[in-house]
Amino acid sequence: MMRKLLGACVLGLSLSVQAAIETYQFDSPEQEARFRQLGYELRCPKCQNQAIGDSDAEISGDLRAEVYRMLKEGATDAEIKDFMVARYGRYVLYNPPLDQQTLVLWFGPAGLLVLGGILVVLRIRQSKKALEEGESQA
Amino acid sequence: MNRLMVWLPLGVFAILVGFFFKGLTLDPTEQPSALIGQPVPAFELPDLNTGQLLSRDMLPKEPFLLNVWASWCITCQVEHPYLTKLSEQMPVVGLNYKDTETAAKNWLQKLGDPYALQIFDPTGRLGLDLGVAGAPETFLVDANGVIQLRIQGEVNDRVFAQKIQPMLETIQ
Repeated sequence: MMRKLLGACVLGLSLSVQAAIETYQFDSPEQEARFRQLGYELRCPKCQNQAIGDSDAEISGDLRAEVYRMLKEGATDAEIKDFMVARYGRYVLYNPPLDQQTLVLWFGPAGLLVLGGILVVLRIRQSKKALEEGESQA
Repeated sequence: MNRLMVWLPLGVFAILVGFFFKGLTLDPTEQPSALIGQPVPAFELPDLNTGQLLSRDMLPKEPFLLNVWASWCITCQVEHPYLTKLSEQMPVVGLNYKDTETAAKNWLQKLGDPYALQIFDPTGRLGLDLGVAGAPETFLVDANGVIQLRIQGEVNDRVFAQKIQPMLETIQ
């Protein structure tokens, strides 16, 4: 009797746990992959630095549901991203598109690296020259 | 040339200090709204109190505040007395966000109802179209129904003086 009761309790517990996890049914593995990918690329507007795919915030759940709804309706990834940007601004994109506003973001680091390289080369040439001049004087 | 190079690290350091100093006063939780300068999104939702179907055309034809709130939101309770006071000065339209009818009605009964209209949005559909990330959020909408300002978090004396008042003066 006791064992049955305990069993029922455990079963009840596992049922309630399952209910707390979102379950989405996808038409194809490909659609599911797109859902996951968008979950990584869209940023939770309420959190400081989390994608909607791994955030527990209420709004992230809402946005996941919205992504799912749009995927089911046959929207393209670009359409879904545009929909989010129209509401939450470009903040929601973890993978910002290349345009005038993001030019520095995309090429800034490479630009700094090149600049640093040029400075190093100049410096080496300079000291080489100084060394050679010193040798010729000696 | 070499003389100048000596100052380069200090220059770079000064630039960094400039950025960090600016960063001290920035609030990373505050994001610009994508809807500034855009009309309030179209909607058809019932009024919480009357059940009458509301749409965008029924919003006030003068500058008003659109306040997103919910009974589960603690900060909304904090700002409620201030909004009540503000409602004597300009219309405040409520957007009851992801709430239940009973909880929302009880909340208004207990704390008072200063709202000109009360849009009931239990699914958060209009909230999503407005780019709402959580409650409370307040939008300043001008006489033409265009969103001019978004305030995330509590509306109080300071926010009114620093943000709402200046914007009201420019749109009037």
